[in-house]
Amino acid sequence: MNLDELKKLKEKAQRQVALREGNKKYRVVFSMGTSGIAAGAREIMTTMLDEIDKRGIENVEVAVTGEIGLVDAEPVIRIEERSGEKVTYAKVNADAARKIVSEHLQKGKVVDGLAVGKVKQKEAERLK
Amino acid sequence: MIRTHVLVCTGTGCTSSGSLATRDALLAELKKHGLDNEIEIVETGCMGRCDLGPVSLVHPDGTFYKNVLAAEVPKLVEEHFLKGRPYKKLLPEDPTTHNAVLTQADFTFFNRQLRIVRDNCGVIDPENIEEYIARDGYLALGKVLTEMKPEQVITEIKASSLRGRGGAGFPTGKKWEIMRKASDFPKYVVCNADEGDPGAFMNRSVLEGDPHSVIEGMAIGAYAMGASRGFVYIRAEYGLAVKRLHIAIEQAYKYGFLGKQLFGTNFDFDVEVRIGAGAFVCGEETALMRSVEGRRGQPQPRPPFPAQRGLWGKPTNINNVETWATIRPIMLKGAKWFASIGTEKTKGTKVFCLAGKINNTGVAELPYGTTLREMIFEVGGGIPNGKKFKAVQTGGPSGGVIPEQHIDEPIDYESLQKLGSIMGSGGLVVMDEDSCMVDVARFFLEFCCDESCGKCPPCRVGTRQMLNILDRISKGEGEPDDIGKLQDLAAMVKDTSLCGLGQTAPNPVLTTLRYFRQEYEAHIHDKRCPAQVCRDLLSFTINQEKCVGCSVCARSCPVNTIFKVKGQKKYFIVEEDCIHCGACLDTCKFDSIIKASEGPSHTAPPKPEFEPIPGRKMAVTR
Repeated sequence: MNLDELKKLKEKAQRQVALREGNKKYRVVFSMGTSGIAAGAREIMTTMLDEIDKRGIENVEVAVTGEIGLVDAEPVIRIEERSGEKVTYAKVNADAARKIVSEHLQKGKVVDGLAVGKVKQKEAERLK
Repeated sequence: MIRTHVLVCTGTGCTSSGSLATRDALLAELKKHGLDNEIEIVETGCMGRCDLGPVSLVHPDGTFYKNVLAAEVPKLVEEHFLKGRPYKKLLPEDPTTHNAVLTQADFTFFNRQLRIVRDNCGVIDPENIEEYIARDGYLALGKVLTEMKPEQVITEIKASSLRGRGGAGFPTGKKWEIMRKASDFPKYVVCNADEGDPGAFMNRSVLEGDPHSVIEGMAIGAYAMGASRGFVYIRAEYGLAVKRLHIAIEQAYKYGFLGKQLFGTNFDFDVEVRIGAGAFVCGEETALMRSVEGRRGQPQPRPPFPAQRGLWGKPTNINNVETWATIRPIMLKGAKWFASIGTEKTKGTKVFCLAGKINNTGVAELPYGTTLREMIFEVGGGIPNGKKFKAVQTGGPSGGVIPEQHIDEPIDYESLQKLGSIMGSGGLVVMDEDSCMVDVARFFLEFCCDESCGKCPPCRVGTRQMLNILDRISKGEGEPDDIGKLQDLAAMVKDTSLCGLGQTAPNPVLTTLRYFRQEYEAHIHDKRCPAQVCRDLLSFTINQEKCVGCSVCARSCPVNTIFKVKGQKKYFIVEEDCIHCGACLDTCKFDSIIKASEGPSHTAPPKPEFEPIPGRKMAVTR
């Protein structure tokens, strides 16, 4: 093994442990309370995980949380950016989930038709 | 896509509290819920909180769970992984605020630490070399071999002011330079992993959690000093560390970090593991070398030093596990960075083991210069059950006790030495007001006396004679000149013993005499143990007003010396036959047993008339 081979191996290996470093750009949070699960949030989550995997997007971590409060709008997904910006998507179905991955997570564009609320960084700070 | 990593600690501590069963239960439960494609279980080394084991860390949330027993797994999976809310029952509590701690980052025990040596421990899977590579593993070795001359490596280590972590604190760069200049070949490097102090397990945690960092450090050292063969001397009791070391060495050979012509250079390096049978003296370097050679582990006079005549008469360098593991971060981040941490004379961080009467037991890494107070009351979370702090033993059986008036001293080699103790391996045994200092000194001295190899009389005979005196004192048979005798013997053993074991064995006695002389005097003159520990100086009586006559104490007494008072619902302890075991005190629910150590002024209460206990023979009728 020489130094260049080691560096290449390191890049490959880093993907395995990147999840533990906690510095991803996006954090996708699924509302997984009773109403979320009943509305099919788990299936949407599987679809989304597959889609992220298929597209090889690495700058994303996926988490679940309890009831968000928008019971009639489930399944609800919130995408939090490291900068503080938050976008909430409601009534997400499988197609919408794929679109969110391809548009928002890959290209950084908010899918306007699906987003119900958007909190910009400044507002987020003000709300704190 | 894997969205969550569940890190399960499989170090020795957590394994013995059941983490392997937890891992299996997690695997089965995740599969049951169809989560096995999105949640991965990673087995890691020690996270540092063995007392809360089995412990587990969930990423990316950073949630830290304690006592994750297999039986708790179904509920944990349902709560955290399905519903996305922390499973509150398994969250640890901060001993200072009594609040549940949600993430590792919120935990004082973790966020006060600065992790350099243990950076990978509890973060990576120690049995998977690629996870180590992902965290810059073997990059330092690659750079050193391809970009630096051996002399430059030594200059860098000297500039970092790194001192040996084994206990004596000798400058590592200087040691390497002497070895480099030795003209005899072949040369050897040795890793001393014969960690034997009671209550110390920092080396084990590094070897179990990040074995490659030690191998990489050794390879860098071997290159700098001109050696091509290395040995890791590790005690057989560290089964898991031995296993992981073997796996790590095998993987390092497979990936080309050990063996011939590393990184395309002419540098060859081989590492072998040598297993010791667990004699404390084999941690002493000359005894260690004899043991590596396959001979009886006994120390030799120095000089010649190992750097001149070591293994098989050839130049040999011996460094501690922690020293070797510190080499890699220094070479990666530079000597300047390293030298910016710590105190003026001692740079970098030290891994400490917190044990004894302290809330947060475990392994913690902090910069030198941290005060004992910060260590015990912030990182350690203070003393349990609202008890008062009394003293802390640093450096294991070779160290000494440090009392409360000195706990604002920064921890480094010089200041501990000034207080009569030593840094040693970094073990901290905390004692509260219920600890008897004579008993503590006796315990540690007994350890050294047992572990003396017997080669030199001062250590073999001297420690035994000191122990006899302490035994007498704790039995209430001390004589007025015992303190003087102890001091004379201690000075003799210290000055004339052949190796470090004997030279440091009197330290616990000397420091307790220095700071707690009045306790020795109470034992000798008043026949009284102020902390109520020394059994022979205790008395147990029953408070007749509080006793409800439930008979629990009488039934728990192993020598049948508690009797029912005739015609009353009361019990009474006959002192002549009492062995002072304290079983009655532990079982009484009404707080009516009085434990005291009053010395000769104590007179036993007059004995009432007793009733025979049905079904039990009266031991004595008085």
